[in-house]
Amino acid sequence: MSWWHRLASPTRFMSYSAWVLPIAGWLAAGCIGVGLALGLFASPADYQQGETVRIMYVHVPAAWMALFCYSAMAASSAGYLIWKQPLAELATRATAPVGACFTAIALVSGSLWGQPMWGTWWVWDARLTSALVLFFLYLGYMALAEAFDDPTRGGKAASILALVGFVNVPIVKFSVDWWNTLHQPASVVKLDGPAIDPAMLVPLLLMAAGFTFYAVAVVILRLRAMVLERKIQALQRQLAEAR
Amino acid sequence: MKRKHRRFLALLGSMTLLGLAAALILGAFEDNLLFFYTPTQLAEKGPPGARFRLGGLVEEGSVAKDANGLTVRFRVTDLTNVVPVVYTGVLPDLFREGQGVVVEGEIDGAGLFAAAAVLAKHDENYMPKDVAEALKASGEWRGEEAE
Repeated sequence: MSWWHRLASPTRFMSYSAWVLPIAGWLAAGCIGVGLALGLFASPADYQQGETVRIMYVHVPAAWMALFCYSAMAASSAGYLIWKQPLAELATRATAPVGACFTAIALVSGSLWGQPMWGTWWVWDARLTSALVLFFLYLGYMALAEAFDDPTRGGKAASILALVGFVNVPIVKFSVDWWNTLHQPASVVKLDGPAIDPAMLVPLLLMAAGFTFYAVAVVILRLRAMVLERKIQALQRQLAEAR
Repeated sequence: MKRKHRRFLALLGSMTLLGLAAALILGAFEDNLLFFYTPTQLAEKGPPGARFRLGGLVEEGSVAKDANGLTVRFRVTDLTNVVPVVYTGVLPDLFREGQGVVVEGEIDGAGLFAAAAVLAKHDENYMPKDVAEALKASGEWRGEEAE
């Protein structure tokens, strides 16, 4: 058995995830705690935006996580469709609401920043529109996955949707480079180094690490509950047959 | 093992085709996906419709207020072409000379753009006030001119 198959076995997952869960949880609490303290209080105000810049410490990591969670869902969907790993399908389901929440946070916090800075809550430029499409893809995935009585059929249809929707991820990421948008281009990940002061970059990266650990912890928690749920359902079926 | 590989290739193939289709569609709609026209695009292609958005930098030293205190005149530039703009209303916080701006409205026969809305465009640079001042003082400032 390859390491990948061992990782995807539900029994093995229940044992190693019991270790990973508290570690990720505490790391998330630590990173977000320190990151928020630095971002909201210790870091300097921006030379143009003033205090409004602090919205960035929530908005940017949430937007990164929105793309990261969807990419993870596309990868686990491919794992399910190709290798027929049932745990991969459950992992996609477990990640969807987490990613949807991060997308919603990114959209709302961006809107709150846009009103004072741009002078508008919302514009239909390529970045904002594709991010909204990403949110709807999350909702569509969740609706489709739950729309069938037979969870296997729902899982398969929803996995295909998750993969088709992955086309949107590079569009969200590169929309600011491909077209004229009101949204500014990337500050941190760019060829000639970050266009952001270290005093602001440190809390931003801490928040990003914290959000990542948080997503890992919540997805593991949800996945453990789903594995146990499937186990209970299997036992109930056995019991019904034995009677 | 064989079926696994077939599924993998089928998935890879359909994802490639899907990506290609998306690229072609986006390419075909290119002009409609632009949130704004730059002054150069306007000079080359003409206005895309009666009402459209124009984006660029507010030219240094071009902002002037009319006597009523509400009407503002400025010029939008992309460092190649320039379009004069007139606007009556409240400007966003980030509106200032040398900063990016997107104006929405109509252009008249004389080339004057009457804006119905003004949006400030923020660039991707983040720095504290004192750092910005230190950069300006040392002559290392490369911020506002280059978008």
